[in-house]
Amino acid sequence: MAFVDLVRRAADSDIWYSFKSSRIVVVATVVTLLTFAMAFLAPILAPHTPFDPATLNLSDALKPPVLTGEDGSDWTFPLGTDEQGRDVLSSIMYGTRLSLVVGIAATLFSMVLGIALGLVSGYVGGAVDAFIMRLADVQLTFPALLVALLIDGVVRGLISVQRHDEIALYVIIGAIGLSFWVQYARTVRGSVLVEKGKEYVQAARVIGLSPVLIMVRHVLPNVMGPVLVIATINIGLAVLTEATLSFLGVGLPSTQPSLGTLIRLGQEVLLSGTWWIVIFPGVTLAILVVAVNLMGDWLRDALNPKLR
Amino acid sequence: MLAFILRRLAQSIAVLLAVGLVAFTLFHYVGDPINAMVGQDTSMQEREELRQRLGLNDPAPLQFARFVINSVQGKFGLSYRTSEPVGRMILERLPATLELAFCAAVFSLCFGVPMGVWTGLYPKHWTSRFLQAASLIGVSLPTFLIGILLIMVFAVILGVLPSFGRGNSVQIGWWSSGFFTFSGLKALILPSITLGLFQLTLIMRLVRSEMLEVMRTDYIKFARARGLSNRAVNFGHALKNTLVPVITIVGLQLGAIIAFSIVTETVFSWPGMGQLFVQSVQFADIPVMAAYLLLVAFFFVVINLVVDLLYYVVDPRLRSGMTTSAARGH
Repeated sequence: MAFVDLVRRAADSDIWYSFKSSRIVVVATVVTLLTFAMAFLAPILAPHTPFDPATLNLSDALKPPVLTGEDGSDWTFPLGTDEQGRDVLSSIMYGTRLSLVVGIAATLFSMVLGIALGLVSGYVGGAVDAFIMRLADVQLTFPALLVALLIDGVVRGLISVQRHDEIALYVIIGAIGLSFWVQYARTVRGSVLVEKGKEYVQAARVIGLSPVLIMVRHVLPNVMGPVLVIATINIGLAVLTEATLSFLGVGLPSTQPSLGTLIRLGQEVLLSGTWWIVIFPGVTLAILVVAVNLMGDWLRDALNPKLR
Repeated sequence: MLAFILRRLAQSIAVLLAVGLVAFTLFHYVGDPINAMVGQDTSMQEREELRQRLGLNDPAPLQFARFVINSVQGKFGLSYRTSEPVGRMILERLPATLELAFCAAVFSLCFGVPMGVWTGLYPKHWTSRFLQAASLIGVSLPTFLIGILLIMVFAVILGVLPSFGRGNSVQIGWWSSGFFTFSGLKALILPSITLGLFQLTLIMRLVRSEMLEVMRTDYIKFARARGLSNRAVNFGHALKNTLVPVITIVGLQLGAIIAFSIVTETVFSWPGMGQLFVQSVQFADIPVMAAYLLLVAFFFVVINLVVDLLYYVVDPRLRSGMTTSAARGH
């Protein structure tokens, strides 16, 4: 019964109304959900296992996509194959999965980090606040891409190259996460400064709760709204940053390719006219990012028209 | 005015010192510079002597001071990868990046502002609707994908423009310029478009929304009532008042252009600083990374400073606000 109530309330809400009335957002959401499903069900849906060398056959190499109708194309490889005989469609499915994993994990990481620093900064104030905010100022001087590149380079300096390939996934999540925390921290700090003076915080202090408990249980829920909006927008940005880093050859290695890595590998052979190896991953990435961005923009306007 | 400039200068120097501290920390705590300089069979004693001679055992503040002084003089040490002086490596590649960034900025301004004015004046026209939709795609597409698409169309299918490199360049002192040869100019086209496209769409959308807002104001109606020509109203009154936010964004985006030239240079094998930086990240070549970081920070700080000063040139209201507040003794 409670569930039916909840559904009825959701169906009556402003947000659902604004969602329904914007056709392009509905399309974007469907596209995003389909991409997520395709990516996370890759082990079941993908027709081939492109990164298991045992299943590859060099005689399948460089087959054109079916729809071109050129010689050698067949339905076993609907989007063609690359120069090692890997199925482009399956590579894209696995690649999208990695891209999404990195994008979401990096966004969560930067969100947690930004919230923690923002809470501390706003609640404690004083020298701690000044230090964190000046750090944020300096980091904001640089584009996130540059910061992520730098962090990646430093990690490479600290560990050996071989070891780096093994933990590349975590390095890139950390690098992107560390380059996106500023926005959260600033937003949270601003809201905390407002909330701090309110009666419920004073009351919590009077009954002797610890500062950590007050911050997490009482202040945090009241500042989560804008944070979630930033996070939605940042998922698209994080996916894009990951793709760019991998394209530059400092992200995920070719043994574990994301969409960006696939595009880099495809570009290397583009001049020989095998366009399908690079175009299909590229189109997938573009569609994914556009769809996620449209959803993020809509959510921003729907949840808080003043935020803009 | 002078107090304002001085305050901004002090802030800029503080930011540079902070970045310098990061670069210095990288230099000294990531990887051992001694290991990079000597062979496998150097004894511990010799290493220690070298360490002493290079001043690596001095207190950290002293070393930092030395680092700052050296950096100001353009001495960034030797590259771990090529053993060349880092300062010279960067200097050799600086012209390529600056020419590319300049062309991209000019491209985005020359097309972005007129397109923004047009779509702002005639928002219902079909060309405006088309440009608006196209710009949405331009904002969302990643830079490297645009570059690859351009290469595919103009280099692979049509075969009219080169897909990589700078073409022939002319040496003027230490500056190697691609502006004076036909192949150099041809090689600039695709990278500049790739790099400038995002900025173009951004400028266009910004000018458009500012124009839409300004066209509704009373002073535009009044200018029309005075019987001024459309041209005078549109450009003399409306466009001029949209310029403050445009300058802010363009200025800040110049920094982004320099950063994203990393991607464009990789796509087009453009022999600039960005490519050097990516290689240094791949090889963990810390001195090059530190020097690039400092140089980019320097560019950003200078650009921000110039943008702040430009406000006062463009917007007379700020100037008068300044004098009145100064008169009040603030």
